[in-house]
Amino acid sequence: MVSALLVMAGIAVVLGALLGFASIRFKVKGDPLVDKIDAILPQTQCGQCGFPGCKPYAQAIAKGEAEINQCPPGGEEGIRKLADLLGKEFKPLSAEHGVEKPKQVAVIDEALCIGCTLCTQACPVDAIVGAAKQMHTIVAPLCTGCELCVPPCPVDCIAMVPVPETVETWKWKYPVVPIKLKEPA
Amino acid sequence: MLAALFKFRGGVKPASHKDESTRAPIARAPLPARLVVPLRQSAGGTPLPLVAAGQKVLKGERIGAPEGNFSAAIHAPTSGTVLAVESRTLPHPSGLSAPCVVIAPDGEERWIERTPVNYAAESPDALRDLLRDSGIVGLGGATFPSHLKLKPGAAGRIGTLIVNGAECEPWITCDDLLMRERAEGIVRGIAILRHIASADRVLIGIEDNKPQAIAAMRAATAQATGVEVVPVPTRYPAGGEKQLIRVLTGIEIPYGRIGPEFGVQCFNVGTAWSAHRAVELGEPLVSRIVTLTGNVERPGNFEVPIGTPIDDLLALVAPRADTDRFIMGGPMMGFTLPRTDLPVTKATNCILAASPALFPPTGPEMPCIRCGACTRACPAELQPHELYWFSRAKNFGKAQEYNIFDCIECGCCAYVCPSNIRLVDYYRFAKTSMRALEREKTASDAARQRFEFRNFRTEREQKEKAERLAAKTAAARQAIAGGEKPAAAPTPAATEQTPALPQLDETKKALIAAAIERARAQKEGVQPKNTDNLAPEKLAEIREIEARRAKVREIAKTPPEEPV
Repeated sequence: MVSALLVMAGIAVVLGALLGFASIRFKVKGDPLVDKIDAILPQTQCGQCGFPGCKPYAQAIAKGEAEINQCPPGGEEGIRKLADLLGKEFKPLSAEHGVEKPKQVAVIDEALCIGCTLCTQACPVDAIVGAAKQMHTIVAPLCTGCELCVPPCPVDCIAMVPVPETVETWKWKYPVVPIKLKEPA
Repeated sequence: MLAALFKFRGGVKPASHKDESTRAPIARAPLPARLVVPLRQSAGGTPLPLVAAGQKVLKGERIGAPEGNFSAAIHAPTSGTVLAVESRTLPHPSGLSAPCVVIAPDGEERWIERTPVNYAAESPDALRDLLRDSGIVGLGGATFPSHLKLKPGAAGRIGTLIVNGAECEPWITCDDLLMRERAEGIVRGIAILRHIASADRVLIGIEDNKPQAIAAMRAATAQATGVEVVPVPTRYPAGGEKQLIRVLTGIEIPYGRIGPEFGVQCFNVGTAWSAHRAVELGEPLVSRIVTLTGNVERPGNFEVPIGTPIDDLLALVAPRADTDRFIMGGPMMGFTLPRTDLPVTKATNCILAASPALFPPTGPEMPCIRCGACTRACPAELQPHELYWFSRAKNFGKAQEYNIFDCIECGCCAYVCPSNIRLVDYYRFAKTSMRALEREKTASDAARQRFEFRNFRTEREQKEKAERLAAKTAAARQAIAGGEKPAAAPTPAATEQTPALPQLDETKKALIAAAIERARAQKEGVQPKNTDNLAPEKLAEIREIEARRAKVREIAKTPPEEPV
């Protein structure tokens, strides 16, 4: 009786020690859910969701503090992916956070630019090159189209232009089968 | 002696329709009134335009510089005047436009200075550069720059050179006629490619439905050693690069790997012929052979300057009245042209006039019954019906698992499908969508990284600024305290709080006074800059302004009580 108790207690101690070791040794740093959500978000860093960047929004979603339909650049497809990941119902994009637009990039009218550097400070991804009292320009491949540089510009020289489709980026359309109504004989 | 042949799996045997366009020899297409030369005619980047509107160009003059090492140069197809460098619609399934050089020919066909090169005396590197600068790309249709295919690199040595004269796609005969009429030039071109690759042997694969081409090539290679003309069984797609390599050598090249890793490389006969023109005659690639066939009165092959509008070519062969569309390429892999005023490019091997009689419209698409006919026909040994399901459901991950990128889009599966499913359209949709997703992912990863680095940098800058400021304040305090009360300044505030307060005020006042003094000194010390190289009058003007400034400063200094 006593030996049985001792054996069971011994097993419990050994297993407990193993579990304790495993919880320290194999501890997952950071929140894997946040990273998964962050991977779905478009990384525009526009702040339209009400959070300062995509990562904070991902953290808020993971904590349940934000809805999944607050990201206009991610659009409907992004919401669907988030709903799939989190096992939530799909919701249409919330209107107060903005509307889905085609991908665009900012373009600076270089003749008008006065070199105030305000846009450089606003750009979340360092895609604007320029120095004080020098002309600024946007590195188009790095621009995420977040529009954050547009309001600070004192001379309104920044315009958002949609990215045109080129032969390289063109996609074949989803095959659509025309259905013809059969004429009654 | 016949080499033992291997086999590829699958394939189909459509009616070949080659006789229509092989009755007449290759004719020269007349110069059109306008040539529209697209700058992007090969895989890789878009060459930069080297000419401007109004400039005169000679035949063979370079008008597009290869961007980096990944594209080939573009040349003026004839002498004339550049009318514009502008965006024009390309002969591409998208119907999108891209930069083109528009040339008005002067009809004189004046060449640039042509310098023939003795290839045997040149190094492979120099010859590769020459091919790139002569705009030589694969003329089988894929237009991959030839100089890149000849790079040995880390991949290994090209022991066997495969020359592709199979031309398996129905209706197309441009390679057939080229081999019949210009076998000598092709063989000379092969010798150049062989020299660059330092290949031991050359296998020329020709489908056995072209006996005249085989005979001509055999006659031309009779003297050459290590060169063999191999008739291959006629079966579409025997002319696919991977299929031909498999048939001739038994080597199977997996997706994502290249021929040189297995000691083989494949070139089209047209490419060999244009390499011969470029190296031994100094003539860059400015024209190609185009088959005009199908529902036309006078089908045939034409040597066409690149950039000739397809409309002008169609006028030569007179399409019949019931023609409803034109296909660029063959019936299996080609695409319907959105319009016919588009230019001929290096990729245009055939223009096929289609009519409902020649190509009866397939019936309505019906559900897949999983009969497996497509799997038996697939030369890439894929399971087309599975790929169809996944592409249709936009389940791209699964499609990739079933190796959709191994698909060569040959169209065999759609050809045999009893349910008339346009299978290749689904694969093309899936492949281009996956590539777009991949691009988006790369871009968003870069954006995330840049955003995080920016946050890190901002934080670091703020911290550094705060530290600097704290250090400066401490130093200033110490200096003032040191001047008046050397021992008092470092006294910990906790020990004597009440007596420390007035003393702190004292230091603060001293600090403020010091700051005001500094600011004043700075203001007065401002000196005009960049005055070294100015004219004396300007300098005098500056002196005058400075004097006025000094006067104003004097006035400002006098106490304002005076007028009151």
